[in-house]
Amino acid sequence: MPDVQALVNEFLNKLKKRKIEGSQATAKQTAELLRSVISQQRVPRTNQAGALIDAVRAIGEQLIVANPIELAVGNIVRRVLHIIREEDLSLTTAAVAELNLSTVSDDDDDGGGGDQDDRPVLSAAAVAAAARNTLRPPSLQMLLEGAPDFVAVPRSSSSGGDSEGKSKSMDRNSRTRKLKHDIIEAVNELIQDITTCHELIAEQAVEHIHQNEVILTLGSSKTVLEFLCAAKEKKRSFRVFVAEGAPRYQGHLLAKELVARGLQTTLITDSAVFAMISRVNMVIVGSHAVMANGGVIAPVGMNMVALAAQKHAVPFVVLAGSHKVILVYIGASTCRGPMLCPLYPHNPEVLLNELRSPSELLDFGEFSDCLDFGSGDGSPLLHVVNPTFDYVPPKAVSLFITDTGGHNPSYMYRLIADYYSADDLVVQRRHAAGN
Amino acid sequence: MGAQKKGSSRVSEDAEELARNPLQAILLADSFTTKFRPITLERPKVLLPLVNVPMIDYTLAWLESAGVEEVFIFCCAHSRQVMDYLESSGWHKQPNFTVAMIESNNSISAGDALRLIYERNVIHGDFVLVSGDTVSNMSLTHAVKEHKERRKKDNNAVMTMVIKKSKPSPVIHQSRLGTDELFMAIDPDTKQLLCYEERGEHPRGAISLENSLLADNPSISLHNDKQASSFYMLRFSFLYMQIYGISIFNIDCYIDICSQEVLSLFTDNFDYQHLRRHFVKGLLVDDIMGYKIFTHEIHSSYAARIDNYRSYDTISKDIIQRWTYPFVPDVRFSANCTTKLEREGMYKAPEIQQSRSAHIGPFTVIGKGTRIGDDSRITHSVIGEGCTIGSNVSIVGSYIWNNVTIEDGCELRHAIVCDGVIIKAAATLEPGVVLSFKVVIGRGFVVPAYSKVSLFQQPTAQDSDEELEYADSSSGTIDPSIADAGNKLNGDIVSESSQMQDWSTSQLGPGGAGFIWSACDGGCEEEWRHSVAPIPTDQLAKALLAIEEDLEIVKVSDSALTPSGELEPGSDDDDSDNMDDSNVDTVDFEKEAEATFLRAAQDNIAVDDLILEMNSLRLSYNKSAGDCTGALFYPMMKLALESPHNTAVELQKNVASVVSKWHKLFEVLAKEVDDQIELIMKFEEMCLESTKEFAPIFSQILYLLYEREIIGEEAILRWDDERKDADESDRVFVKQSEKFIQWLREADEEED
Repeated sequence: MPDVQALVNEFLNKLKKRKIEGSQATAKQTAELLRSVISQQRVPRTNQAGALIDAVRAIGEQLIVANPIELAVGNIVRRVLHIIREEDLSLTTAAVAELNLSTVSDDDDDGGGGDQDDRPVLSAAAVAAAARNTLRPPSLQMLLEGAPDFVAVPRSSSSGGDSEGKSKSMDRNSRTRKLKHDIIEAVNELIQDITTCHELIAEQAVEHIHQNEVILTLGSSKTVLEFLCAAKEKKRSFRVFVAEGAPRYQGHLLAKELVARGLQTTLITDSAVFAMISRVNMVIVGSHAVMANGGVIAPVGMNMVALAAQKHAVPFVVLAGSHKVILVYIGASTCRGPMLCPLYPHNPEVLLNELRSPSELLDFGEFSDCLDFGSGDGSPLLHVVNPTFDYVPPKAVSLFITDTGGHNPSYMYRLIADYYSADDLVVQRRHAAGN
Repeated sequence: MGAQKKGSSRVSEDAEELARNPLQAILLADSFTTKFRPITLERPKVLLPLVNVPMIDYTLAWLESAGVEEVFIFCCAHSRQVMDYLESSGWHKQPNFTVAMIESNNSISAGDALRLIYERNVIHGDFVLVSGDTVSNMSLTHAVKEHKERRKKDNNAVMTMVIKKSKPSPVIHQSRLGTDELFMAIDPDTKQLLCYEERGEHPRGAISLENSLLADNPSISLHNDKQASSFYMLRFSFLYMQIYGISIFNIDCYIDICSQEVLSLFTDNFDYQHLRRHFVKGLLVDDIMGYKIFTHEIHSSYAARIDNYRSYDTISKDIIQRWTYPFVPDVRFSANCTTKLEREGMYKAPEIQQSRSAHIGPFTVIGKGTRIGDDSRITHSVIGEGCTIGSNVSIVGSYIWNNVTIEDGCELRHAIVCDGVIIKAAATLEPGVVLSFKVVIGRGFVVPAYSKVSLFQQPTAQDSDEELEYADSSSGTIDPSIADAGNKLNGDIVSESSQMQDWSTSQLGPGGAGFIWSACDGGCEEEWRHSVAPIPTDQLAKALLAIEEDLEIVKVSDSALTPSGELEPGSDDDDSDNMDDSNVDTVDFEKEAEATFLRAAQDNIAVDDLILEMNSLRLSYNKSAGDCTGALFYPMMKLALESPHNTAVELQKNVASVVSKWHKLFEVLAKEVDDQIELIMKFEEMCLESTKEFAPIFSQILYLLYEREIIGEEAILRWDDERKDADESDRVFVKQSEKFIQWLREADEEED
């Protein structure tokens, strides 16, 4: 599989050089890369899922190390791992159910029941669902949907990932093909989800933006743009304040886009946010990543906006595709097992920030005399720090709008349980240990 | 020659055919200088670690990210090492990026290298020419596009130089990059490079503009006076540049986008050695072929070249301060290991063993697997991989490479310590020390400031005078004897141990090993220029003073006159309604005008030339002709006063002779009546304040000026009218010349 390795290398390069910008693009490309990895991976006769998981995990490690700041990479790797586990599990349980069924039907042969046709279908589905259930705690959605009671169904397999592959299926070949096929199908779905997450989020715009409201946003986010435009298309008339988002001034681009789409837009400086916030009905912003505790990693300046909004009791709404929801764990070296924990944004172990070049703030030529190392004691008096991200604590966030609907910050950890399997929380742990 | 010409034309045809070629680059992995000696005796400069990553990785990573697809690495000295490194580093495995080696053993300059590359015939279009010690994050696409568009319009635009503007402060070059100040004249509209001068080449800081440049403006070409002092020319070119908005004070990034012709030009001119000194200047001087060089200015991106130890220090610090983003330690742009950035610019690689009591200060990089003992303090430094640092060690502003052992109680300030060095307990490195590979510093030894220590003997025939760099540039490649010694030393333990015995009584204290290189011909006082240590304040002050002296227009020693300081109060009062800064301007202008005049008088410069210069000076300061005459009149009268005289009559004679000599100046400059009135008033003021000697003969001189047609009749009459309402004290001179005025009026009426 040299071509896969080439693909991986190319992507690694891009990640290392920070050539891919935006978590959506990164997420999508990661998913596509992993899809080709899975499709090219040769699967042994036994433990196919295990082989796939190992392959994906190995590449995932490289990707995460290449740019530890771009959290979407790790998220997608975990999502894909989760997909593999789930598909494998459902196949296994289906097979087991079949086995059970065949024995049952053998036993029942004498009885010659006419209701045979109904039972196997139901039991197979039930077993699969039950097995899936053992993988993760029951999700809120499932509880609400009123799923049938599975507790009675006995566990058909030792729960967990890798051992699942060792089932006693008769026709392994077809199963292998089926497993791979299913996984790729699911990854395709994931890619689809990532591409359409803007639309899914934007669909909810009308519920949140009302007539004659004033919306404030900071910097530029494609999700926010789509969200606002969706509301505009539904004939809502409202005004938008755009804080320019120094030092990259992406707010300028957003303002341009908004005006092009016919929205009444006001551009303000970041420092004017507090003065303007009292006139604002709602703050809607994009994010870089959402922490398990409901905290947000967002472009620099966001915490200031959040605090201003909190002070004036203005709802602070964060738009985030579910691929942005990430797990936070204490650095693997200090912690035995994976665990969810609130992020301490200044904890050096998980310092999730990127310091960019000072030249975005000031022109090197103009300040070359302030950066003179040759005179004095060799250290210039001027230091320029240009962080990319800010951390907004969960208590400052009023609502998350994801592609699955609106959520409270305190609900985010449940979302994680839906998307990731507990075994994959530390993709990097092995890497750290092996280092 | 003819054949070569043919060759070049064939090549240019090819260029048109293959216009869609991938972007190529030539990377010179040899600097052809000896600035990094003694380190470069053992390892090529491009492989020296810069913040724990070999320099060439920065250049290659940048070229790769800037969209260059094919790089030819030219290596000469230590080519084996460069090739081995590239083999192992994985640059060959990059997709869409091919790296090819061109090896040569007898090239002694960039010129030779380019001639060789031309012979290989591998370059098929425009290419980027950089050296392997360039650190940059600029985007080449824009510059290359500009270059190509210019080429379409003008086939002679063969090269685009990348430059960066710097503050117009003369010390920046010195203190930041350790190079001499650079003057570039660039046409602001076309971005064409008109003049390129390194200050170091002219001891007195002179610039002479090329003939061709002056020919653009015929009136100025008159001024190509070989008699004029170099100093004078410097001043002149400054003015010229100011008038025409030509920018000076730039930093040359040593990144060039060249057309194929550049290679053939090097082949045609076999004596071109240095890219800047010979090639660029050669093209600028040569107006037969009419080749032009243009510039591309970068603003927010970073580009710099490591030329000497000082720029090594500066660029390292720029990297640590992230100006070169994304080529910073915590981004894995090459095969470097993961490094984490912590607060205050501390970069830490994994597996560091750091004592709890050790203090690591801001802007420090610590490499993988380094151990740091108790109570050690490290600030503003770079520590490589696998180093062992004992306790109570103090390291400030130093660059410590890999596998260095520093024992307890050592003190290092602003030093470069190469791989495998052992510094025994309580030794001290004073600022500016360079320890080459595997040197051992004995216990308690104090290495004096700016010394360079190597296991190799200093080559005796060394001549590192910069001006003669190329005369002995064969020493850029190692002398065979030294290389042999090196091979023996590195490969053969027995010989090493035998040498160790020799060193038991060495210069470096007990147990030390190595030779202290004596300072080169330039002398100790020049060492501070290029070392990593910050410039001592007294030296900096001295350098500043020297530069100011160079720029100062008034040569106090030459002129018996005091600078026109005493004139300032008067002139300030005169136009007191002006803004403050324009006052400063006025004073400056007067000083300069005076100095210009005096120089002209001393050097017997033709009046025409002086008029020209005065005009340009006037324009550059945005002054009226009146200001100009006023400013000139004062030194002229001073001149008259200086010449020996006893009586008022003699003085008058002196004045007459001076005026007769220079009257043409005023005829041209003071054409308007207003200017002439200004002149009278100036004279009046002088008689009252600074040069009272003229007071008694005011009317005589006024008559003289009238006679010489410097001052017209109308001006005198109007001056008289203006003074009518003035105070009695102001009318002293009007009264004195009453008769003359009366005569004028009568003559006027008669005419009527």
